[in-house]
Amino acid sequence: MASGEVVSTHSVDEKPKVALLNDPKVRGTIVQAVLLIFIIWLIYNMVNNAAINLAKAGIASGFDFLDREAGFGLNFSPFIDYTETSTYGTVYMVGLQNTLILAVLGVIFATIIGFVVGVARLSSNWVVSKIAYWYVEILRNIPLLLQIFIWYKGVLATLPGKRDSIDLGVVGQLNAAGLFAPKPIFAAGASAIFWAFLAGIALTWIIGRWARKRQMATGQQFPVFWTGLGLVLGLPILAYLVTGMPVSLEYPVSGNFGPRGGMQVIPEFISLLIALSTYTAAFIAEIVRAGILAVNRGQTEASHALGLRPGPALRLVIIPQALRVIIPPLTSQYLNLTKNSSLAVAIAYPDLTAVFAGTALNQTGQAVEILLMTMLTYLAISLAVSLFMNWYNAKMALVER
Amino acid sequence: MSDTDSQTALYRAETGALEIAFVREQMTKPMPAPASEVGVVGWMRKNLFDGWFNTLLTLFALWILYLILPGILNFNFFNAVWSGTDRLACSDVNQGGELYEGWKGACWPYIGAYFKQFIFGRYPDAELWRPILVLIMFFAGLIPMLIPSAPFKRENIIYMLGIFPVVAFILLTGGNLNYNGFLLPNAIMADSALKFWVDYVLLTAVICGVVHFIVRGMDGDSRRPIMLTIFAMALLGIVIFLSSIDFGLRFVETPQWGGFLMTLVIAVTGIAASLPLGIALALGRRSQMPVVKLLSVIFIEFWRGVPLITVLFMSSVMLPLFLPEGVTFDKLLRALIGVALFSAAYMAEVVRGGLQAIPKGQYEGAQALGLAFWQMMNLVVLPQALKLVIPGIVNTFIGLFKDTTLVVFIGILDPIGRASAIRATSDWQGIYWELFIFIGAVFWIFCFSMSRYSMHLERRLKTDHR
Amino acid sequence: MKTKILSAALGAAAMGAATTAASAATLDDVKAKGFVQCGVSQGLPGFSNPDSAGNWTGIDVDLCRAVAAAVFGDDTKVKFVPLSAKERFTALQSGEVDVLSRNTTWTMSRDTTLGLNFAGVNYYDGQGFMVRKDLGVKSALELSGASVCTNTGTTTELNVADYFRANKLEYEIVAFEKADEVVAAYDAGRCDVYTTDQSGLYAQRLKLTNPNDHVVLPEIISKEPLGPVVRQGDDQWFNIVKWTHFAMVNAEELGIGKANFADMSASDNPEIKRLIGTEGEFGASLGLGNDWAANIVKLVGNYGEIFDANVGPNTDLAIARGTNDLWSRGGLQYAPPIR
Repeated sequence: MASGEVVSTHSVDEKPKVALLNDPKVRGTIVQAVLLIFIIWLIYNMVNNAAINLAKAGIASGFDFLDREAGFGLNFSPFIDYTETSTYGTVYMVGLQNTLILAVLGVIFATIIGFVVGVARLSSNWVVSKIAYWYVEILRNIPLLLQIFIWYKGVLATLPGKRDSIDLGVVGQLNAAGLFAPKPIFAAGASAIFWAFLAGIALTWIIGRWARKRQMATGQQFPVFWTGLGLVLGLPILAYLVTGMPVSLEYPVSGNFGPRGGMQVIPEFISLLIALSTYTAAFIAEIVRAGILAVNRGQTEASHALGLRPGPALRLVIIPQALRVIIPPLTSQYLNLTKNSSLAVAIAYPDLTAVFAGTALNQTGQAVEILLMTMLTYLAISLAVSLFMNWYNAKMALVER
Repeated sequence: MSDTDSQTALYRAETGALEIAFVREQMTKPMPAPASEVGVVGWMRKNLFDGWFNTLLTLFALWILYLILPGILNFNFFNAVWSGTDRLACSDVNQGGELYEGWKGACWPYIGAYFKQFIFGRYPDAELWRPILVLIMFFAGLIPMLIPSAPFKRENIIYMLGIFPVVAFILLTGGNLNYNGFLLPNAIMADSALKFWVDYVLLTAVICGVVHFIVRGMDGDSRRPIMLTIFAMALLGIVIFLSSIDFGLRFVETPQWGGFLMTLVIAVTGIAASLPLGIALALGRRSQMPVVKLLSVIFIEFWRGVPLITVLFMSSVMLPLFLPEGVTFDKLLRALIGVALFSAAYMAEVVRGGLQAIPKGQYEGAQALGLAFWQMMNLVVLPQALKLVIPGIVNTFIGLFKDTTLVVFIGILDPIGRASAIRATSDWQGIYWELFIFIGAVFWIFCFSMSRYSMHLERRLKTDHR
Repeated sequence: MKTKILSAALGAAAMGAATTAASAATLDDVKAKGFVQCGVSQGLPGFSNPDSAGNWTGIDVDLCRAVAAAVFGDDTKVKFVPLSAKERFTALQSGEVDVLSRNTTWTMSRDTTLGLNFAGVNYYDGQGFMVRKDLGVKSALELSGASVCTNTGTTTELNVADYFRANKLEYEIVAFEKADEVVAAYDAGRCDVYTTDQSGLYAQRLKLTNPNDHVVLPEIISKEPLGPVVRQGDDQWFNIVKWTHFAMVNAEELGIGKANFADMSASDNPEIKRLIGTEGEFGASLGLGNDWAANIVKLVGNYGEIFDANVGPNTDLAIARGTNDLWSRGGLQYAPPIR
């Protein structure tokens, strides 16, 4: 107590000014205030400059252009209706849609290829592991842009001319302008199929929970997988039949320049999907390999000793632990893939960058608004994916405990 | 078995059995393992045909190789044309050439004809010795730096970070830059080189004043920081002065640069600029001060969340609008700023990883010794952390090196940009694959060897720690 | 952030060429710099195209050289900045280039909303279509269902949409960022039709694997007046660029050119005298020397010479004068008189 008093009187005795400035808190506040003022000054200057420059050049500004008619065509918009009379706002939506389609499919394929290659890399089979090794080393050390060009050229060179399409029967027709698949036409009542599909997923989830509870309590197992598959596939089919088959297919017809109509999957999309997923798969393969190697061999042996067969041992012991190591870097690969999908601009796939930060920017000249919107969109996607993956990661970490 | 047999034989001999039994005095030489277990065959059995699944897998893999390899080898080597002067050298009889009909192969003379452009872009012929000298100087400095046992590390670093950039800048651009005043209004003094130096001294004084104010506020003793500031400004002044000297070199504007020279300029400048910025951001992100931390987090997450291509678009069409009226930047410089900010965010995360790997005891020990924040960082934490993150930095560099290809979208003619420009010339129409194979091969060699080097470092650092 | 500002400040100083006042007097800036900064395309044969040594040629390039000749009496005092379609207007607005001569179409919205002024038309163009001969297409009206390759962010992209819509034709648009990629994709069979300005079609056809397998359709679906552009708000510089073009057209009309300059400069024709500055003070009214036009004609040539040398019948492009002939010969090139 006495010493405490001494200290306190001591600090009172010292010059209050020095004490104040030597106080880490005060010092921190000053530094932060200076930094904040500097940043605000910087931003203010930039905005001010931009305003002056725009005003002087007589360039239009603001977001009014989003309601203006775009006037140009787009050749890929699977879910959003787009015509030349649509607005720039619709252009943005179409671009976002195309980016998301590419990213989602790319992530799925990259994960599959990446896991296969990663496991192959650890294979005891010499040829297989060498092939996997060279796959990884070649693909990840060549710029993605170059690979996109190569795949695009390769895809175009492989596909026949537009008037010599390959007939793939029910799948459609394939030529240099892409795959012309039959397009499903949804009549009234078709939404029931979609709801049935959702109901199937929900039911499967509920059954899964119930089955696990029952297994915990009684030890009895329940074939969740097969029941679930039956529900997810069966319910929509049932709905389709009950509602009187409201879905019909519109087949492509042949015209002067090869097939027309139907659902056209453009070659730019195919090449980009291949390039993005094979490139990202090379990185994922390395992550998977490291993840598997990170699980102690003793874990396998211990689970065998407990009487688990290799299947359940892998599913219940090894994979959950490997995933804990794999998921964080995997997340950043997914994000990389999403961001890399912006390279679509190289080969005319109408993604967000190509169609909004490209065409719309060129046509309207409103660089600031459009680039900000584009960058913030990518940022939002990135943050959403990282949030989801963080949540999943936390869940995985709990499983491990 | 043989042991027991010889014992049996011995026993019989002792019991006086008449039969002459063979008594082995030495161990027999071990029989070689069966031919199916050793050598090529054994190795194949073990590694390729171990069970039906593996056999199937091997056959499948071999089949894939059979599909891919012959085509690639034929195109690139066996069917390729290696010499010639124009398109005709690579034309079949139908196209008016001498090759057989249906010939498919690489046309390498094409690469030879444009080799110079791939490396240096449109850099003027008469001045080519300048970029060549820069490349030689770069690798001469880099290689001893990469070899851990090479001596004179300190001098080497001074050379790479201090002397080389200045010399390279002067050599590549030609130096002899004009500087005009930037601070005082023109009414007081007209723009001239002299005014620049007057302004520069004034600026130094102002910065010293600011430093004095801040440091006084924090530590009390401002003499050392002010000396440091003056020293830094003097160094910078020397650099600026050097770049304003007329060495008699022709000025080569940046649109004439290109090819792999451009790739190296962007990647090396980008990484060099992003390192200090990245360290600052990493420290900021781990700072106790909420505003500093928040700003660092926003900065890092923003740049990491957007694609590089939008950053480059921003630097090419948005940045000019943010500058004060009348100030314009060279396009390459704008791209460099974009690339540096972008990679600084990634660098910050790499450095943060290193900082987190330093045990808390190191921080506490340094604090217990009475070291101030910057002393602790400079003397204790950063030297350890940076050593840990060298492989991460190399990996970031590889990523950046590959990403430099994106500058083609803003009209900077890196190898890919040169390729499409060259492809557009009418005397070599229809050539496509050769360009990509060549560029891809060069990038691959660079990136592969860098990643090998980084792995080697990683192993070395690991053993150092045990 | 500090580093950013520092590097920005350094960069501004270091790149030397950097600081230019985009404000009032472009001419003074240009004179102070010692050269004209000219925005051109990234490579379009006949208009602005660099050779392997980095020397630029083309109609648009010659216009810039003519401006340099008028200002400095030296047509080499010009620096070319290759710009993409996306960058071109920002580059001009921000002062990175003094004149944009990059086969840019003069449209009302560009003239009125971008803070720019078009200083004339140095090439009257129109959008056309190119198809493979073996398709047997004779008219653009037969193109229903075709895939059309073009450049993104150009008037072309909008015109083709209008044209197909107006004629109730179906089509698929494939729009690339870079002209080279358009050509490559069309060549690879991705598209049935390649559309851009007709001059561009002739220029790009040379880059195809077999140029003779392709034919340009007769229809012209739009007006594409291409010309140099300057910033709004600097009438003096605007006049200089405008009259540089007019001087070249007038020179052709008067029959004076690079080839015969020595002979013709002694002419007694008062119009020629006014053009080459031996009579009157016309250069001074632009803020230039009175031999401004003489330098243009002497160093660069008249409009006809430039046209013939870059895109005319004797070049690879082999484009006829057509609408770009002088008004006196039935074309559209018409220049106000110098008086």
